[in-house]
Amino acid sequence: MGLDVNSIRKDFPILEKKIYGKQLVYLDNAATTQKPSCVVEKICEGYYNCNANIHRGVHFLSQHATEAHEAARENVRAFINAPSNKEIIFTRGTTEAINLVASSFGDSQCEEGDEIIVSQMEHHSNIVPWQLLRSRKGIVLKVIPFDENGELQLEKLDSLITNRTKLISVTHVSNTLATINPVKEIIKKAHEHNIPVLVDGAQSIPHLKVEVQDLDADFFVFSGHKVYGPTGIGVLYGKEKWLELIPPYQGGGEMIQKVTFEKTTFNELPFKFEAGTPDYIGSTALSTALDYVTALGMDNIAQHESELLEYAREQMAKIEGMRFIGNASHRGGLVSFLVGDIHPYDMGSILDKLGIAVRTGHHCAEPVMQAFGIEGTVRASFALYNTKEEIDILVAGIERARKMFHH
Amino acid sequence: MTINEKQDEIISEFEFLEDWLDKYQQIIDKSQSGEKMPEEEKVPENLIEGCQSKVWVTAQYKDGLVYYHGESNTDIAGGIVVMLVEILSGHTPEEILDSELYFIDRIGLKEHLSPTRSNGMLAMIKQMRLYAMALKAKENEK
Repeated sequence: MGLDVNSIRKDFPILEKKIYGKQLVYLDNAATTQKPSCVVEKICEGYYNCNANIHRGVHFLSQHATEAHEAARENVRAFINAPSNKEIIFTRGTTEAINLVASSFGDSQCEEGDEIIVSQMEHHSNIVPWQLLRSRKGIVLKVIPFDENGELQLEKLDSLITNRTKLISVTHVSNTLATINPVKEIIKKAHEHNIPVLVDGAQSIPHLKVEVQDLDADFFVFSGHKVYGPTGIGVLYGKEKWLELIPPYQGGGEMIQKVTFEKTTFNELPFKFEAGTPDYIGSTALSTALDYVTALGMDNIAQHESELLEYAREQMAKIEGMRFIGNASHRGGLVSFLVGDIHPYDMGSILDKLGIAVRTGHHCAEPVMQAFGIEGTVRASFALYNTKEEIDILVAGIERARKMFHH
Repeated sequence: MTINEKQDEIISEFEFLEDWLDKYQQIIDKSQSGEKMPEEEKVPENLIEGCQSKVWVTAQYKDGLVYYHGESNTDIAGGIVVMLVEILSGHTPEEILDSELYFIDRIGLKEHLSPTRSNGMLAMIKQMRLYAMALKAKENEK
């Protein structure tokens, strides 16, 4: 059964907005998705009815808020089919989750000369934390390259893996090229060498049904705001054996068992990694967002977005001078492109005046731009509420811009 | 023509364009028909900091007057720099430093540009004034 997009759109009041007097066409979903009313209402309801600092509180409201936060954790666990609640750590987002692993795993498990492998298509969030680890520990950062279509050259992975490789950290879906990487295959290969794998799920979580046990991922990270949840909440899934092994990331309240000035013992999982007051409002609203997409069906969402993508590429290909950046065989719901030599900022500015929101620039993946010898692209990214009519508006907008720039 | 006469001329070109896309068209056309800078001048030293697009500006001093050249890798920033060059070129440093660039508000550039582009435009103006100031100081040394 497909999605009833017309009725879904009513759940997202912002889509009714007029921009410069024109109907908003929101195609910047890979940056952040819009929020359904139920998520916004859950935030309000949390503050109005269920606000008290969680854990250790004896009073009613605190217990009620604690239950809601822990129920959210259970919901996240079920959503990605993790074995245990202990393995679900709430973070501020994907970036913080990767930094946590780079810090706690990296500092405790890596020595000078040890190696971390990433791919050439990573977001800066999956590059810079490892570079910081390199400055701290003297590790070596190695890169799996991609080919001209934007597919990872997995045959090169064997030669990159050595007995010094400590971790492979790769994106599930590229935020720039749309490539869906064969992470299951990468994980299988890594595990043959007993190397753990971190999967950056920022772009896959809204688009694909993710099962961490099926992937056998050691770490899987994502942001709530990319899957119709609030900003400022994200998730680190880690296999219990790794999370037990590595030390806490930040110190403070919540994460301790006993503190004296001589010695502090740490709380058990998952609290060991959640220093300070957790974002219990964010976690419960994220849980509502996950319920929302689950009710629609992740498979239906994936199919809808794939249809939109194929339709968009088909229509856009008719535009003179159209060049797609990223032509992998398996793609997520976004398209990166350039038209003639029109600068992406110029294209984005004209589309903006037409009410069309797209992203322009290097998309925090400068190495990808360097590989193609370009400064940036225009990126249109789709969500469950987008329609073919909106893609027609985008295509007409690009065509209009093309003429304005005399191409 | 004085700086203000040149500004008034640009204002009159934009006055009858009601739709912002038409104004953008005018800006794009200015960029595309503008004089191109020699490639060897498009170097990091001539890049304006604070612009998201690449904008290069150079200035020469001849017979007491400042002559600018400017270009961008984008057409919208390019059109803006072409207008600034048109308005400010061929004037004395004093005239440039004393000028009030009211055409920006009058054609609605400030309110219709994105904040990053708007900041970029301010950075261009600042750099052009700095050039005028530096050239004037150099002249006074002689």
